[in-house]
Amino acid sequence: MSSDATPGAPEAGQDRMAGTAPETGSAKTDPILKADGIRRSFGGLTAVDVEHLEVQRSTITALIGPNGAGKSTLFNLLTGFDRADAGEWSFQGRRIDRMAGHKVARQGMVRTFQLTKALTRLTVLENMLLAAPGQRGERFLGAFGRWLWTGQEAANRERAMELLARFKLDAKKDDIAGSLSGGQRKLLEMARSLMVEPSMVMLDEPMAGVNPALVQSLLEHITALRDEGTTVLFVEHDMDVIMGISDWIVVMAQGRVIAEGRPADIRSNEHVIDAYLGAHHDEPGQGAQQKEEGP
Amino acid sequence: MDTMTILSLSVETAIGPVAAIYVLAAIGLNMHFGYTGLLNFGQVGFMLVGAYGVAVSVATFGLPLWMGFLVSLACSVVLALVLGIPTLRLRSDYLAISTIAVAEVLRLVYRAEFARPVTGGVYGRQSFADAFYDANPLPEGSLGVGRVDFSSDELWLMLVCWLLVAAGLAMMALLMNSPWGRVIKGIREDEDAVRSLGKDAFTYKLQSLVFGGVFGGLAGAMIALNQQNITPDQFMPQVTFYLWAMLLLGGVGTIWGPVIGPVIMWFMLTLFDETLRGMASTGVLPFLATSDSGPLRHALVGVGLMLLIVYRPQGLVGNRKEMLVNVK
Ligand SMILES: Nc1ncnc2c1ncn2[C@@H]1O[C@H](COP(=O)(O)OP(=O)(O)O)[C@@H](O)[C@H]1O
Ligand SMILES: [Mg+2]
Repeated sequence: MSSDATPGAPEAGQDRMAGTAPETGSAKTDPILKADGIRRSFGGLTAVDVEHLEVQRSTITALIGPNGAGKSTLFNLLTGFDRADAGEWSFQGRRIDRMAGHKVARQGMVRTFQLTKALTRLTVLENMLLAAPGQRGERFLGAFGRWLWTGQEAANRERAMELLARFKLDAKKDDIAGSLSGGQRKLLEMARSLMVEPSMVMLDEPMAGVNPALVQSLLEHITALRDEGTTVLFVEHDMDVIMGISDWIVVMAQGRVIAEGRPADIRSNEHVIDAYLGAHHDEPGQGAQQKEEGP
Repeated sequence: MDTMTILSLSVETAIGPVAAIYVLAAIGLNMHFGYTGLLNFGQVGFMLVGAYGVAVSVATFGLPLWMGFLVSLACSVVLALVLGIPTLRLRSDYLAISTIAVAEVLRLVYRAEFARPVTGGVYGRQSFADAFYDANPLPEGSLGVGRVDFSSDELWLMLVCWLLVAAGLAMMALLMNSPWGRVIKGIREDEDAVRSLGKDAFTYKLQSLVFGGVFGGLAGAMIALNQQNITPDQFMPQVTFYLWAMLLLGGVGTIWGPVIGPVIMWFMLTLFDETLRGMASTGVLPFLATSDSGPLRHALVGVGLMLLIVYRPQGLVGNRKEMLVNVK
């Protein structure tokens, strides 16, 4: 099954998840994120109830599950954009539960949103520059001292332009972000999150609405990020994409993690097929067939 | 009442101290709403504490005028913190409700009987501005160009007000063209996005509220100097709504909007009032009493705002494309 792997997928010889058992809540060899007992309910509905979850450093981990499984809510909780009813989690060994969203981002865990949040009346370049960390001119008093920050601003601008070029948005740098298409906004949001220089990015459906011609290059960016050492956790629905680039897959349904494993493990996992693949998707039907021929 | 007199009166009002004071307050409101997206419906509250900061310090406690100004600014800062700290973590409507309520409560407290030893209650405070006019370096008599002229004292106050406006605009321009201003505008667009990029939106919003509030306080202090007699009932909620109308007229989120708006609006209002008065006194409109001009003026402002929103939602100097970007 590794024969159909896209260029970004790990070679047989470099399994980034070596030594990790493909089971729910399994311990990772070098976890960047560790979470325990995260719970969040809305009224009577338990949206998230994750007992234990670890994310391996410098890997691409996909978070999948049917709509309403609690993926976005889990993102919100982990990144400080929603308050958990219970749970403890740490990022790079540091407790970040109950930490405000902006502080979590400063720790190096940066997220994007399922519904894009482009800053519409700012230009594309301003969107990028805003995200640069540690700007001296960002302080109220510092703002008055132009000479204090023009150098830093120029350096940030250069980095922003490099990123924009990577995402093919450089020609649009002076357009207001509100004039971009939905897909371009997704790209901008991802590029912008990289301006923060995160050690982990959490992308909530980054491919949704992106021009199919761009999806392949977007995937290449994601694998390149991983190869540079960034950890990627992303939510996605396209099974080809997920199976193609993920080192590890976490499956959620009804708020719980119901399976974890390499793409091959997930394809053949009965829980997954029952709860998700078989029930809601056509493509994963292939997954079900492959299960019969399975290992 | 001939046309020239009406016109020159209108011009005098448009560039006079009162217009300049409204410009100051509108600059603050523009910081709040235009750049940060904060709904402040109580800018008049900042003006009130600013005016009383000067009046009470000097008239009640006998402090020098410059200390009165410091007290004004300190009161505005405190008011901003009191309004902002509990509400700025919540949805934006909480600030809106709090500002309108607190401004009105402040007025009632300042005019209350128990506050009378300090604020003078309903009678307010008088004779606290002498030091300001004693410092007037301009020659006595009236000065001006053609029919547009001002008394020496009026001109002195005007000068100071417009200098404050100039300083305020310079600061705004510096701020809004800096990374700080970028974060502020980002918050206006989407606060969560800004937080997700590691910026503490709450602190920025609080800074914006304080900074814009200080302009409100400064405007209040200048009202005190202008009138040399202040009472709480000058600080009715209408003042805030006039400010909003002026800001929308000029153009929100622009440097010059809060200047153009009040100037044009005061020009129009005076033109309207004086024309009406002229017509009433010459008996052209026998069914119209001079006392009708107040309600008619409000109606005019309302109609004007409606036309503005329909035909020029970005205001006189705003950017239409930006304004309509979220309208599908
Ligand atoms: N703010 C909220 N209030 C009430 N219910 C919510 C809220 N956010 C999410 N939910 C519910 O929680 C469940 C999980 O939602 P979500 O995390 O968005 O799922 P996913 O991203 O996996 O599609 C859904 O049933 C959704 O309706
Ligand atoms: Mg979702």
